[in-house]
Amino acid sequence: MPAMRREAHRQKLFTRRAAILAGAHATLLAALAGRMYELQVVEADRYAVLADENRISLRLLTPLRGRILDRFGVALADSRQNYQLVIVAEQAGDVAATLDALGGLIEVGETDRRRVLRDVRRKHSFVPIVVRANLSWDEMARVEVAVPELPGVSIDQGVTRHYPFGETAAHVVGYVAAVSEQELDGDPLLELPDFRIGKSGVEKSQDTELRGTAGTSQVEVNAFGRVVRELARVAGKPGQDVVTSLDMTMQEFVTRRCSAEQSVSCVLLDVVTGDVLALVSSPSFDPVPFSTGLSSAMWQDLSNDPRKPLSNKVIAGVYPPGSTFKPVVATAALTAGVLTPETSFTCPGYLELGDATFHCWRHGGHGTLRLRDAIKRSCDVFFYETARRVGIDRLAAMARRFGFGGALGIDIPGERPGLIPSRDWKLATTGTAWSQGETLIAGIGQGSVLATPLQLATMVARLVTGRAVSPRLVRADGLMPTGGDPAPPDFPSLGINPRALALVLDGMNAVVNEQGGTAYAARITEPGFAMGGKSGTSQVRHISEFEREHGVRKARQIPWKERDHALFLAFAPVSAPRYVCATVVEHGGASGGGGSAVAAPICRDVLLEAQRRDPARRVPDHDTVAQFVTPVPPRSVAPAG
Amino acid sequence: MATLTSDLGRRELTLLEKIRGVSWGLVLLVFTAACFGIAVLYSAADGNIQPWAAAQTIRFAIALIPMIGAALLGIRLWFRAAYWAYATALALVAAVDLRGFVGMGARRWIDLGVIQLQPSELMNVALVLGLARSCHTLSNEDVWRIRFLILPAIMVLLPAALVLKQPDLGTAIMLLMTGAVLFFIAGVRLRIFFLMAIAAAAAVPAGWHFLRDYQKNRIYTFLDPESDPLGAGYHILQSKIALGSGGLFGKGFLLGSQSHLSFLPEKQTDFVFTTLAEEFGFVGGLALLALYTLIIGYGFVIAFRCRSHFGRLLGLGIVTNFSLYVFINTAMVMGLIPVVGVPLPLISYGGTAMLAVMFGFGLLLNVGVHGEVRLDRSGASPNVGY
Repeated sequence: MPAMRREAHRQKLFTRRAAILAGAHATLLAALAGRMYELQVVEADRYAVLADENRISLRLLTPLRGRILDRFGVALADSRQNYQLVIVAEQAGDVAATLDALGGLIEVGETDRRRVLRDVRRKHSFVPIVVRANLSWDEMARVEVAVPELPGVSIDQGVTRHYPFGETAAHVVGYVAAVSEQELDGDPLLELPDFRIGKSGVEKSQDTELRGTAGTSQVEVNAFGRVVRELARVAGKPGQDVVTSLDMTMQEFVTRRCSAEQSVSCVLLDVVTGDVLALVSSPSFDPVPFSTGLSSAMWQDLSNDPRKPLSNKVIAGVYPPGSTFKPVVATAALTAGVLTPETSFTCPGYLELGDATFHCWRHGGHGTLRLRDAIKRSCDVFFYETARRVGIDRLAAMARRFGFGGALGIDIPGERPGLIPSRDWKLATTGTAWSQGETLIAGIGQGSVLATPLQLATMVARLVTGRAVSPRLVRADGLMPTGGDPAPPDFPSLGINPRALALVLDGMNAVVNEQGGTAYAARITEPGFAMGGKSGTSQVRHISEFEREHGVRKARQIPWKERDHALFLAFAPVSAPRYVCATVVEHGGASGGGGSAVAAPICRDVLLEAQRRDPARRVPDHDTVAQFVTPVPPRSVAPAG
Repeated sequence: MATLTSDLGRRELTLLEKIRGVSWGLVLLVFTAACFGIAVLYSAADGNIQPWAAAQTIRFAIALIPMIGAALLGIRLWFRAAYWAYATALALVAAVDLRGFVGMGARRWIDLGVIQLQPSELMNVALVLGLARSCHTLSNEDVWRIRFLILPAIMVLLPAALVLKQPDLGTAIMLLMTGAVLFFIAGVRLRIFFLMAIAAAAAVPAGWHFLRDYQKNRIYTFLDPESDPLGAGYHILQSKIALGSGGLFGKGFLLGSQSHLSFLPEKQTDFVFTTLAEEFGFVGGLALLALYTLIIGYGFVIAFRCRSHFGRLLGLGIVTNFSLYVFINTAMVMGLIPVVGVPLPLISYGGTAMLAVMFGFGLLLNVGVHGEVRLDRSGASPNVGY
């Protein structure tokens, strides 16, 4: 039957073809199984690593920055939580457009805008960039509502540095600001977008201690970079607290007192410990805008101000010390043996040396006088002659022992060394030999002699203790215990005959406490609190011969920038000195008076306040103080008045 | 026994006979695979039955009805309805081109009010039906002549062209390959296949011109997936990472990091195999492949046992279509072929695909039930004795 045969043939063909198809199926299935074996068994390890790299992301945990405290534990700087607006470029897409949209909700300044756009270019597109910190509740609410329509925008909890005392301690505490390229030192923390690093003051010098170490958090992220959960966390170490030597109550007092004048440096030292109890450079600045973002107008104002609010003048201001340098000259002369307490010179108002005439500040001269009166009345001619006898070499050497001519190593950055001229220095800088006239000028702290207020205070501290006191702003031994430091630093002796020091101190006692002393008007009359000191008025401009003949102009007639600086150095109590105060009023202050008229009253008020506060904070311990100096019984101290 | 057999070949079976004739083993295998799929969808949704697992369960339950229905209807009925089914599916595909809506960048869907249908999936089954009938009517001699093959060839090319225009390259390839395999088992001479292969090779440059940019990119990406890991190569690279990191035994149910952290694209549809193989490893993936192999084998046995040419072609066509889905999908996620949008049957989330696959299995079961039924060229049972 053809139909049957046809059907049989058809079936045979079908069977053959179907068998081939089945074979093809088997081959393909085997190929799939083989490929699966290759991926899941042979290369499984490689892909397992890739999967983990996909999902695990290591994030740094910013440690809380340590606090900066005063000697009794009052916080001068701490870190506070705040809310900030951040933007992630890769999620936002068009950052400029997003910023425009944000500008409709909250204020986004032109500087913020430029900074964000610059950071977007500079950083990885997944790094969050802070648009605005310190959002108010109101601003936060407005942004929070709009966040769903603004991809890449979110509100983050951040930490800002808070300075409870604002400008009062700004020069000591310093400020923090965004990390600059040069500051990157390999610490991964510094690369965090909103990390702040210390830029000045203790914030800078103690940055490593304050910073702490970063913790890490291993988080699982999804394909969009969103954190799903935390896998492991290694806690970082928060920054350590740093204790400064400041007594904030004194600091505030000194700040208030200095605000009466235009531009003042004032420093208060504890001579036993070297602690800087107060350090005021007035005017000051607000440290907060530096970490949150300083507007360029603010920056211009601060840097163009002739009173230099950004500069810490106590350590970075250099001035001719003027007559305040005379105790150093006297000590050098006594030590060299070219002067005794009985040596007397006559001051006719000037001293002639070769062709040159050197004038005394007192037109008619002081007549014949010995060392004690020369200090008391600040006779220039006496010290011209003394300096001539000592010579610049011995004078410079003594000045260095007192801490001049080099940085003292105070523990905040920015200290300037000042200058003590010497023969070598003169030859190296001008190429000409030293002349004796310059020695005479140096003898009254003028000419090339330059010193910082801190050096002047240190000089007095060394004078009253006979030891190489070095000032400190950071108390490595922590908070001030009640009852005083059990073991104050043991400063090495200066190796100066105590008798010489006593003679100089006696002269400085007379400056303040005897009638006729230059600072008699500024003496402390409270019994037991009397201070000793030395005034100084240093010239900023040259007084011409014409002016000498026709009468020196009154300060009021001279532009502020050309007026003399008023200086005063003081120690108290005079019987057993514990505190030293150095004050420099730039350009004589508002009244235009000299050191004794303008600077001495500030020293008086500061030292009086320091002594009054003293018993409340410390157990009086005069015995330990007394062993530093052999006090000369004050001959005619006049504290009772 | 012979009487019974010849008797069976002619008359319509009773319902009880049909139910007895259903290959319940195959139903069980299909049911197992579907359960596997629902479990994977449950995991893909981070251990939630929403949004996928629950819907998939309901769809599977609903799809059981057309499957059983298709299995229990008479095979002669299907023979007669074959062209109608083909014409209906083709009309739906054309309707998508005219008024379908765009989803995932391609116009593939048609909104029937209650459900959204993807007619190109149904087209696969309808094409098998149509071609099986068409080839059944051809005599052995006819099959050797090209002119008798023109109409069946148009039956393949027309829907393929419409689907390609949507654009849906994956389904178009499926249709072409299913058609080719049917021609092959129908007995078309190998010479013609060679000729077609040469024609296809010649058409490649022209065809390249008609490919969309994203389709060209997929081919570039396939050739070098690691060249652009965050761009076009992302999907295939992440897919391979998911598979490879699954290892021998997998990361455990609900523990696949690649799928749960959204590194995997389309983890519930086209890349669902990756989700499965990441969590159940080589062993789990192999188990699914074994399951598929059993289903395919079952299909072959049914087709081999069938006495009517229509039934054999229909059975093998359905099985081939099913296995092509499996091969293309798994080969794609393993990086063996370029990325083409083809679901993994019984596992991938998707209503129309589930319906089409289950309907196909219904037809396969039908072929098994009616294995003894003979059909003449007109579809009637020939009254032939031995």
